[in-house]
Amino acid sequence: MDNKKEIIKVVKLNKSFGNLHVLKDIDMTVKESEVVVLIGASGSGKSTLLRCMNFLEIKDEGDIIFDGNKIDPKTHNLNKVRERVGMVFQHFNLFPHKTVLENVIEAPVKVKKIQKSQAVEEAMELLNKVGLVDKRDEYPSKLSGGQKQRVAIARSLAMKPDVMLFDEPTSALDPELVGEVLITMKQLASEGMTMVVVTHEMGFAREVGDELIYMHDGKIVERGNPKDIFSNPKMDRTREFLSKVL
Amino acid sequence: MSSLLHFFDVLIGTFDLFIKALVLTLEISILAFVIGLAFGLFFAFLKVTKIKPLVMIVDFYVWIVRGTPLVVQIFILFYGLTSLILIPNFLAVTLALAFHLGAYLTEIIRGAIESIDKGQMEAGKSLGMGHWLTMRRIILPQAFRRAIPSFGNQFIIGLKDSSLASFIGMQELFGVAKLEGSVHFDFMTYLLVVGVYYLLIVYIFTKLVNRIEWRLAVSD
Ligand SMILES: Nc1ncnc2c1ncn2[C@@H]1O[C@H](COP(=O)(O)OP(=O)(O)OP(=O)(O)O)[C@@H](O)[C@H]1O
Ligand SMILES: [Mg+2]
Repeated sequence: MDNKKEIIKVVKLNKSFGNLHVLKDIDMTVKESEVVVLIGASGSGKSTLLRCMNFLEIKDEGDIIFDGNKIDPKTHNLNKVRERVGMVFQHFNLFPHKTVLENVIEAPVKVKKIQKSQAVEEAMELLNKVGLVDKRDEYPSKLSGGQKQRVAIARSLAMKPDVMLFDEPTSALDPELVGEVLITMKQLASEGMTMVVVTHEMGFAREVGDELIYMHDGKIVERGNPKDIFSNPKMDRTREFLSKVL
Repeated sequence: MSSLLHFFDVLIGTFDLFIKALVLTLEISILAFVIGLAFGLFFAFLKVTKIKPLVMIVDFYVWIVRGTPLVVQIFILFYGLTSLILIPNFLAVTLALAFHLGAYLTEIIRGAIESIDKGQMEAGKSLGMGHWLTMRRIILPQAFRRAIPSFGNQFIIGLKDSSLASFIGMQELFGVAKLEGSVHFDFMTYLLVVGVYYLLIVYIFTKLVNRIEWRLAVSD
């Protein structure tokens, strides 16, 4: 086994919404610089699992261990944890009343209390990285979906998170805009960013993923190297799912 | 014809008087609106917590205000306040009107906050901003923008309702009209004159609100 640091460890996680048991005994580990890809049918619990990892949903049972510390939502300052766990949403959730640059510097300035000039400098580097320097003063409504998502990625990165969670980051995009977002994500992965990605982009999963997790009905059915699973799924359920999406 | 001339005579002759009264009307309505906004913000916050007892307090407040005539509220609050503490009539009336407007503003602000996509709060939280910082920096600015037309409406309602202050002796627009009308045994003319002032000032504020709305729409 390699001895990379475990950034997030999920142990026997269970979560229900009312009578609906959405996550059932989920165990998973996300190691430093790894890209873990979550796939599964609609309603299988992928988003819920991701949202439990940054405590937008609070688990019912089980443990979430972040960077070696078991996080108890009752006693831990969740804001501190969330500073280190970036999240990118399907619908971007940019702040529409703020410009691109203001979106990116908001949290560093207001949460981390970084000098504005320094935050702007760092934000410009990030915007450069996602190729949107020239949009710095635009409002989100003036951007394409792909541009919005790249701003959202830059906004998340501005907090210098230890791990980034992506919940179907390209699902709301017109097909021709998917590529630019995937390129940005690939670049991030190649720079060693730890990532957990819920996606239907199997090409991305195969190319970038270190581990693939297939979920069905709140359970992890199969996991392993994406290339292995794609070419030779062990479980019938996985095979059935892949035959539909590949 | 002669009555029309008489009307303009009075309109011009009472200009100074009514301008002074207009200033008082504006002072009452603007101050009441600002304080009402604070009430509204406070109670809207309580309500969006969804905590049962807090929501019940807010609903009770709104229920009282909606279920009783403003005149009654003003009288109760005015005599209640002035019997408890020594405050100027102006302040007592303004507070009463603020209490009234606050209930309507509570509902307006609550509605506006709840109309903001919940992804906004989630984005703020996921950046480590926490509930209150996200509320202040992200949700409220958007909610206020969205509420501006309703704020404008409510302000104009308050402006007209401030005429009730005359019933406890305030010499604002309507108070002056009543007094002068009875002094000159010419009620109708003075009512028409004061009507012109109300029309004009409401017109100006309506235009102003439209202007702000339009500018915000452009910057979006
Ligand atoms: N806040 C909630 N309240 C009640 N039920 C919820 C809530 N969030 C999710 N669910 C339900 O939990 C189940 C799992 O939802 P989840 O969003 O995690 O699935 P998913 O795998 O992300 O699906 P999709 O591919 O459609 O995004 C679904 O049946 C969903 O309806
Ligand atoms: Mg989902």
